Amino acid sequence: MQIQIRGIQKTFGSFQALGGVDLDIESGELIALLGPSGSGKTTLLRTIAGLEFADSGRILFGGEDAAPLPVRERRVGFVFQHYALFKHMTVFENVAFGLRVRERKDRPDNDKIKAKVLELLDLVQLSGLDKRYPSQLSGGQKQRVALARALAIEPRVLLLDEPFGALDAKVRKDLRRWLRSLHDKTGYTTIFVTHDQEEALELADRVVVMNKGRIEQVGSTDEVYEHPATPFVFDFLGGVNVLPGTARGQNIDVLGVDVPLPCGIHEHTGPVDVYVRPGDLRVGDPAQPGFEAEIISVQRTGPIVRWDVHAKALDQRLEVEIPHLHHDVSRHAPGQIVRLRLNQYSVFARIPPPGAKSGSTLPDTKLIGRERERGRLG
Amino acid sequence: MTSLTLSDPRPSPPLKTRRVMPGFGLTMGITLVYLSLIVLIPLAGVFFKASGLGWDGFWHAISTPRVFNALKLSFGAAFFAAVFNAVFGLLVAWVFVRYEFFGKRVLDAAIDLPFALPTAVAGIALTALYSGNGWIGQFLEPLGIKVAFTPIGVVVALMFIGLPFVVRTVQPVLEEAEKELEEAAAVLGATRFQTAVRVILPTIAPSLLTGFALAFARGVGEYGSVIFIAGNLPMVSEIAPLLIIIKLEEFDYRGATAVAAAMLIISFVMLLAINLLQGWSRKK
Repeated sequence: MQIQIRGIQKTFGSFQALGGVDLDIESGELIALLGPSGSGKTTLLRTIAGLEFADSGRILFGGEDAAPLPVRERRVGFVFQHYALFKHMTVFENVAFGLRVRERKDRPDNDKIKAKVLELLDLVQLSGLDKRYPSQLSGGQKQRVALARALAIEPRVLLLDEPFGALDAKVRKDLRRWLRSLHDKTGYTTIFVTHDQEEALELADRVVVMNKGRIEQVGSTDEVYEHPATPFVFDFLGGVNVLPGTARGQNIDVLGVDVPLPCGIHEHTGPVDVYVRPGDLRVGDPAQPGFEAEIISVQRTGPIVRWDVHAKALDQRLEVEIPHLHHDVSRHAPGQIVRLRLNQYSVFARIPPPGAKSGSTLPDTKLIGRERERGRLG
Repeated sequence: MTSLTLSDPRPSPPLKTRRVMPGFGLTMGITLVYLSLIVLIPLAGVFFKASGLGWDGFWHAISTPRVFNALKLSFGAAFFAAVFNAVFGLLVAWVFVRYEFFGKRVLDAAIDLPFALPTAVAGIALTALYSGNGWIGQFLEPLGIKVAFTPIGVVVALMFIGLPFVVRTVQPVLEEAEKELEEAAAVLGATRFQTAVRVILPTIAPSLLTGFALAFARGVGEYGSVIFIAGNLPMVSEIAPLLIIIKLEEFDYRGATAVAAAMLIISFVMLLAINLLQGWSRKK
């Protein structure tokens, strides 16, 4: 089912939860709504489900306005973060609920309900647990029951609100992969909400990055990661170091090193912020252009070694990430001075402090963000 | 040599089980003494006194039509009042939990008044309201409904007394009931009515039963508010507690304790049954 969202606005009291959201979702797509808490992602999901009512704007289900449809007639599958299973019912009855509450003329008979429920339990790999009560299941199993229950009504769209938020890391990872394969098998149009960028990037076809009730960027996982449209997207999708620079024509002076402006921005003069991921700062040869930094501390997290370095020219702490088998790891120790260079980076016009007049030829951050492309050095 | 004595492998005392929470013996002891002094010994006294009658004497004392009718009225009226309170108390609790309205706080506080009010005051007020020329009674009288001085009056008084028990036990459970469960039911296509019956009611059933049991138990033992509105007509609107007082005033101590013992036994059996039902509904 194709879903079109047009200019949805929603305020709670004086808080604007959604400030004019437009989004097109293709049939069969798996879409992630990604953002920090308070960004409006859950409100948007609940508005699509009909659990929340927009102040203005329209939601179209396959071209048809969903507004007059009450929640129980929308045929959406909704999976809650805390499962919301009916505790007094067995797994079987939970899954059968959506079929049993149908009007008599649409209600399948008991045999059909049984066949359908057992088929769904098989699909979510819970065969044989149909007589259990929710309190006898693990978190991952509960969430799969919730999913089977949502699928039982053959929803036009499947909505998942932080579906893995209440699970521990290992289960979350397994369930993520499993959900992806389930989606590939069943092909339901699926929208899920998450604040975990890793989850969004791994699971979704397209990612919608939201902030303060607005969409910052919509794109494939590659697009949002490789070509973040705004500083917010860049920041939210991973670690970041922000280096001040000065653009002069086609080059930027960053800590005394000249790097080219990313292609796509032809010319710019004025203060800019250069955004570099910790993994895109590399240790370079002393002969190559770069800036010096002192290693303050070394910390290992799994396959990544993280350096805390102090950039002298900047008097600022930076983060550097190196794969643990890289030869730089064994060669350098805290206290040493290393020469760092920028491997990949994004450039955004510096947001002028409030009140100060921008000397930039580019009017705002967003504009330069949209037009810029990724620059590469070395 | 000292090292030898130190490493002497003395078997640890196996008799005492170690507990994380200390003080089991002390608290259990206090519990038993307290329960004995306040509840068990006085109740045992009732049976002890009644046993003086012997089995035949006991049966003779309670099998008179007057005692039988009094017991029937006490338990019947308490039961009906508790049923009404379970239904309307649930409604009141629902309104308090789910809706915001002007004066909610005041009304919420007023719910507890039957707890605090001297029951005789309640009885007199209800009698004045429901008697043939009272504010409410004058409208019921032409319809052929007599409330004051009839068994209906007893039920009304017990409803007044029992309401807070249901409201106060159901309210916190309703407050904690996840709103998500209702949303989940709605998304799955359930109507409001289906959601209420299939999802909400089973969730609050145990607490509703508790409220019912409390209201019922209180109704059985209620005296002060009932005797004013009941009219106390022997065989018709005379409750068992009043009958006990009457027997005491006639110095028929054994007859009084026999009725009391009968009340105790019936109450205990009914409360036990409700408790079992509750355990069953909670396990489900």
